[in-house]
Amino acid sequence: MKKTSLFDRLRQWDAASFDLTDALRPDQTPDERPRRPAWNPEAPVEPVARRQEKRFFRLYPILAALLLAALAFCLLIAVLGLPAFGAEDAPAHNEVMQRYLVRGLTETGAVNAVAGVILDYRAFDTLGESHVLFTAVVAVMILLLGTAGEPPAPHGERLSAKEDRDPVLTCTARVLVPIILLFGIYVILNGHLGPGGGFSGGAILGGGLILFVIGRGFAPLERYLSLRVFRTVTLLGLCFYSLAKCYSFYCGANHLETIFTTGTPGDVLSAGLILPLNIAVGIVVTCTMYGFYSMFRRGRI
Amino acid sequence: MTGTDLFLLLLLGLLLVCGLSAVLTKNLLVCLIIFMAYSVVMSVVWALLQAPDLAITEAAVGVGISGILLFVTLKKLQTLRKKAEDEKDQSV
Repeated sequence: MKKTSLFDRLRQWDAASFDLTDALRPDQTPDERPRRPAWNPEAPVEPVARRQEKRFFRLYPILAALLLAALAFCLLIAVLGLPAFGAEDAPAHNEVMQRYLVRGLTETGAVNAVAGVILDYRAFDTLGESHVLFTAVVAVMILLLGTAGEPPAPHGERLSAKEDRDPVLTCTARVLVPIILLFGIYVILNGHLGPGGGFSGGAILGGGLILFVIGRGFAPLERYLSLRVFRTVTLLGLCFYSLAKCYSFYCGANHLETIFTTGTPGDVLSAGLILPLNIAVGIVVTCTMYGFYSMFRRGRI
Repeated sequence: MTGTDLFLLLLLGLLLVCGLSAVLTKNLLVCLIIFMAYSVVMSVVWALLQAPDLAITEAAVGVGISGILLFVTLKKLQTLRKKAEDEKDQSV
């Protein structure tokens, strides 16, 4: 047998057992198992080392069960350490909650107490969440970007309703998209004054862009939102967030005055860093949602 | 028990129904639609529990984004096409 690298073998195996549910069906002999990825039946796939595959599938359920049992054990041990439900001395019932409610408005300047907590008091948590989102984007890009083998369009499938000349979708998109985009911008800018914020507003904007793309095709948006723009915006948004919070942590820890004042609570331009952070998060989330859709749909941005 | 409480109870019951049927249904497309219905009901529940921030996020992400992404995934896995082909076979 020709000597192949581990990576090649993994790739062959992956292509051969793309659909695990089919591969694990006991009524099929190994010869009947799918040998090719489900989305590309024409792909040339080399024969797999049958014995290795069999050994793996015999071990797989046992290993999975062991891993799950260990995980469940750890989680149960952790649950044992929790305080009783509603106990008065539980860590959640401390002076923090009181302080957020009583002094939140004066300290953060945000009328919306939720925004004050997630983007000021607990901004570090939100920073972590932004990184989770960024990691998800990177993972999707690694998996889907440049899968040039682009799943074949079955039955002449089109990427947008415009090519299909579907009048309902096109007209609906034309009417709804501006309203959705406007509402998304409102939700982002209003985050510190009322319900809303960067994440939800960004999700609305992203949904609007996706509807636009479904209705009118990718071409009109490609001029503004290329892969380059996508990368730059995502990275800049995250960097801005991190640097801004570094600055405010540094000032806060050393009891210095920051250049971001809380302003008059209730004004649009108030609440210090919360508004810029909301905008940054909103833009990043918008790009992320649109990028997810684009990568899922056609393997590129 | 006020009207709001009754409404909340109704919504919670609907949540149970949606959750169970999403798990039990065989058809992936139907499962996805039920899942989106679950998100809609959940966002109304958040609004009733006075968490409008969560309600907006749930409506935008749970119904819009994750729904669309799962639809695209189903399409990519050609689950939808198989269904359409079956129907075509039956009609022929």
